Amino acid sequence: MSTQETKERLELLQGTLDLLILRTLIFGSQHGQGIARAIQETSEKELLVEHGALYPALQRLEERGWISAKWGISSNNRKARFYLLTAAGRRQLVKETNKWKRLTGAIARILGAQRAS
Amino acid sequence: MFGRKRKLDDFSSEIEAHIQLEIERLRAQGLSEEDARATARRSFGNLMQAKERFYESGRWLWCEHLWQDLRYGLRMLRKSPGFTAIAVLTIALGIGATTAIFSVVDAALLHPLPYPQPEQLVSIQDDLPGVGARDAGMSEPEWQDLHRSGIFEYVSPTWFDENNLTGSSQPARVRLLIVAPNYFALLGVKPQLGRAFNPEDHSPGLLLEVLISDGLWKRAFGGDPHILDRSMRLDTDLYRIVGVMPKGFDAPGRTTEERNIEAWIATSFYGPPMSDHPPRSGRNLPTAVARLQPGLTIAAAQSRLDALVAALQKEFPEDYPKQSAWTVRLLPLKERVVGNNRRSLILLLGAVGVVLLIGCVNVANLLLARASARGREMALRQALGAARKRLVSQLLTESVLLSLLGGIAGLAILFCAKGFLLRLLPGSLPRLNEISINSPVLFFALGASVVSGAIFGLVPALQADRLDLTHMLKQVGRGSSGSGEQARTRRVLVVIEFALSLVLMAAAGLLLRSFRDLVNVQLGFTPQNVMTVRTRLPDPNDPKTDTYLTPAQEAPFFRELLRRSRALPKVEEAALGDTASIPLDESLRDLKLISEGQFLFTVERRDIPSGEPAVAERSSVTPEYFHLLKMPLLRGRSFDESDHDTAPQVAVINEAFARTYWPNQNPIGKRFRKAKANSPWITVVGLIANARTESLAEAGVPKIYLDLYQTGGKRLAIFLRGNLDAAAIPNEVREQVQSVDPTLPVSGAQTLDETVSASLAERRFSMEIVALFALTALLLAGLGIYGVISYIVSARTHEIGIRIALGAQRRNILRIVVRQGLALAVAGAAVGLVGALIVSHSMAGLLYGVKPTDPLTFAGVAVLLVVVALFACYVPARRAMRVDPMIALRHE
Repeated sequence: MSTQETKERLELLQGTLDLLILRTLIFGSQHGQGIARAIQETSEKELLVEHGALYPALQRLEERGWISAKWGISSNNRKARFYLLTAAGRRQLVKETNKWKRLTGAIARILGAQRAS
Repeated sequence: MFGRKRKLDDFSSEIEAHIQLEIERLRAQGLSEEDARATARRSFGNLMQAKERFYESGRWLWCEHLWQDLRYGLRMLRKSPGFTAIAVLTIALGIGATTAIFSVVDAALLHPLPYPQPEQLVSIQDDLPGVGARDAGMSEPEWQDLHRSGIFEYVSPTWFDENNLTGSSQPARVRLLIVAPNYFALLGVKPQLGRAFNPEDHSPGLLLEVLISDGLWKRAFGGDPHILDRSMRLDTDLYRIVGVMPKGFDAPGRTTEERNIEAWIATSFYGPPMSDHPPRSGRNLPTAVARLQPGLTIAAAQSRLDALVAALQKEFPEDYPKQSAWTVRLLPLKERVVGNNRRSLILLLGAVGVVLLIGCVNVANLLLARASARGREMALRQALGAARKRLVSQLLTESVLLSLLGGIAGLAILFCAKGFLLRLLPGSLPRLNEISINSPVLFFALGASVVSGAIFGLVPALQADRLDLTHMLKQVGRGSSGSGEQARTRRVLVVIEFALSLVLMAAAGLLLRSFRDLVNVQLGFTPQNVMTVRTRLPDPNDPKTDTYLTPAQEAPFFRELLRRSRALPKVEEAALGDTASIPLDESLRDLKLISEGQFLFTVERRDIPSGEPAVAERSSVTPEYFHLLKMPLLRGRSFDESDHDTAPQVAVINEAFARTYWPNQNPIGKRFRKAKANSPWITVVGLIANARTESLAEAGVPKIYLDLYQTGGKRLAIFLRGNLDAAAIPNEVREQVQSVDPTLPVSGAQTLDETVSASLAERRFSMEIVALFALTALLLAGLGIYGVISYIVSARTHEIGIRIALGAQRRNILRIVVRQGLALAVAGAAVGLVGALIVSHSMAGLLYGVKPTDPLTFAGVAVLLVVVALFACYVPARRAMRVDPMIALRHE
C-alpha cells in the first residue's frame, strides 16, 4: 500500500529534519526560508529540503517548546516569522546530535566490516 | 503557547512571506519574475498539503471529526425513519426499564442511610443459636455493659410499640418507638421544631417527653407552630411534646410499620413501670442500634465485642448457660433496613439487564442489516481516501447517537410513568420515598446508553473495518447481499438473543410456578368470608390508672365486644385474638412486640433436663377462633368456659409442635411453661392440625395457642365470619367498640383474603416484573429471528427462484427456510439452558415448591421459545415459497 510507504519515509525525514532545524538555529534566530536555504547550502546541496515539509516541522518543534517564534523584519525589509532556539531546544539538540552520531557511527562500522569480509 | 491554537491565517501569511523571500533570492540570481515565482512554488511542494498538515496538527481535530460524525449520523438517522424509530424504541424500552429498576436499587441498596457518618451506625443483634433463637433481644444490664465497653459512642435499645392517642376527636393508633435518650444524638438528626431528648439523662423510668413525626404533627395537631410544651395523651399517660421531627425523617427499620414511627418516647429502661433491677437474662429490649466510636471499623468492634461477651459469660455463668451459646453480632444498620430485599432487587436488576442486552443485540442486528445495504457507501468512501479509523468511529458515533436518543426517550417515558410505576412497588420495599431520578440514576442511564450503543455498534463497525474494497465495489447493481461473514455474525447474534431470552424465561417460569404453588397451597384455615378489625387496649405506666390491668379486668370487655360483634348484620361468627393470631399478617411481623409472637418456653419432659428453653410462635385467642377459621381439632378439646383466669393455664398446640417436642406421644396432658423462674405450668388440652398461619411457604411451624381469657391481650384482632359488607364493617365495628369504651382506636379492617394476598405482595411483584421482562425478551428474540430469516430469504431470492424454476416443490422451499430458523432457535435454546441452570441455582432462595432444575419448566420454556421461532420464521418462509421464478430471475 502506497500510503503506508509514504508514512515511513516521512517519519525518517521528520526526525532528521528536526535535528537539522535545531542545528541551524544554533547560530541565531532565522526565518523559515532562511533555515531551508541554510540547510541546503551547509549540506553543499546534497540535501534538498522540500520547503513545504519544513513548516509542519517548525510547527511541531514550536509546540514542543524547543523553538519559539515571533514576527520580525528580514534583512531585506520583509515581514517574516523568526524562530529562536529555546533552552529546552538546546538540550534536545545535544541529545539528538549524540544519538545521531552513535547511530551513524554504528551503521558505518557495520558497512565497513561488511566491505572487509 | 500551549493549548492555544495558532490561526491558519497566521500560518498562511508565513508561507506567503517564505515564497516572497525565495522569489527575491532567485531574482537576485538573475531569474525572471515569472521563472522565480514558478521555481519558488515548485521547491515549496504541495502548498495545500502543507496547510492541511498544519490543520491536522491542531489539538481539537477529534472534536471537529466528532461534530462531523454527529451531523452525518443525524442525517443518516433522518434518512431512514423506520429503522431509527424501531431502534430508538427498543433502546428506549431497555434503558427506561433498566433505569427504573436501577433507581429502586439505588435508593434501597446504594444510598447511604440519610444520617451523618452512616458507616458508623450498626444494629446489635443477640442470638442464642443453642436454643434456636435469633435476634432475641438484650437486657438492661447488657445495654449498660455495651454502653461502658468503649466500643460505641452511643448505644440505644429500640422498642417498637403501639399506643392509643386520645384527646382529639377520634382515638387513634400511634406507632411509637421507645428509645434511650441518646437515640437522636446517636443518629445525628435534629428535630425541625424544639429539641431532642437530653442524651445524658439516665433517670429511672420514662422521661414523659415525646417527639412527634411531621405527619402526626400535621394530622393530629394541624401543624400548630405553638405545639411545643403542649401535652399529649398516650395510653392515658400525659407526655410533654418537646420536638417535631423533620418531614421525611425515617426511622431505620425493616418494615413499613417500623419505618413510619409517629412518636418517640425515651426511657432509661429501668425503674417504674419497668423493673428497678431488670434481670440480666430478661432480654426484654427487642432491638438496639449503636454508633461506633469514630475510627473503629465494624470488624474491629466485633472482635472487641466478642471478647466482652466471653468475659460476661465467665462472670455470669447462670445467666448465660453454655448450651444457649449467646453471641452478639454487629450488622451495618443499612443491612438491617434492606434485609431480605437485596436478593429480589438484584434478581430484578439482572433480569432487566438481560432485556437491555437482548435489545442491544436486536439493534446490532438491525444495524448489520443496514450495514450490508451501506457496504458500497463504506467501500466508496474508503476508496476515496477515508481512513478506516474514521469510518469505524463514524459508525460508532452513529450507534452511540442512536442509543443516546433511545436513552433520552426512555428517561422521558420514565418521567411520565413515574407515578404509575411507583404505585406498582410493594409497600414493604425499604426506602421507597428515597426513590428518585437523581444524578446517579441519570448518570447510570447515560452510561447504560453509551455502553449499549458501543455494544450494538461495535459488531457492525468492526465488520465495516474488514470490508473487502474490491469485492464490494465490484458488486454493481442494486443492493448487495452482504458478505458471508456478516450473515454468520447475524446468526450468532440471534443465537445469543435466544439464549438470553431462555435464561429470562426460565427464571420467570420458575418464579411463576413457585407463585402458583404458593397460591394453591393448602392453607389449613379458611380465609374466605372472614374479616379482621383491630383495636387496642391502653397500657398506662401507672398500674393504678390501668382499667385493663389483669386478664380478669379485660374479660368483661372481651365478652361484651364478642356479644356485640355477633349481633352485627350478616355476622355469623365472631372471635377475638391478639394481633399475632391473624394468619399471615405481615404488618407487624419481625417487630417482636412486647408480650407477643415468639415465646421462650421449657417443656416438661423426662428425658431432657428441664431448663433448656426453646422458642415457638404463640398467640392468644378466644375459644371460637378455631371454628371460625375452620381449623380442625385433631385431639382433646378447644378452650371453654372453664378456662377462666383463675383456672390452671391451658394450651392448644399444633401437630408440628407436638411432633417436635413429644414425638410419637399423645400430647394431651403434657405440660410446658414460660422460660422464667416460677412461671406456672401450662397444660396441653387440644391438638390442632398444622396450618400455614405464620408463612405460606412453611407447612409446619410449631405453634402454641393460649386462651385469651387467661393471658389477656392489648393488641386485639376481632375476627368476623359471614357474608360481610366490607365497606360497612369498619364503621360498624368502631361503633360497637367505642360504645363499650370510647377511648379505644379501631383500625386496620381487612378481609383475610387481602391479608393472605398481601403476604405474597413482594413475590408477586418480582414474579410479575420478571415475567414482563421475559415476555419482552421473547418478543425481541422473535423479532430478531424474523429479521434474520427475512434477510436470508431476500438474499436468496435468486437462488430460490432458480430452484422453483427447476421444479422444486414450494413445500420444500418452506422447509428449507424454516429449518434454518429452527436451527438457530434450537442452538440458542441449548446455550440458554446451560445459562439458565447457572442462574436458577442462584435464585433457589426465591423459589417455593419447585427445584431450581425443574425439568418441566425448562422444557416448557424451551418449547415455547422454539414455537415462537417457528412463527417468526413462517412469515418470511411463506414469502420465499411464493417467490415468482420469473421475477426472481429477472432481478439480476
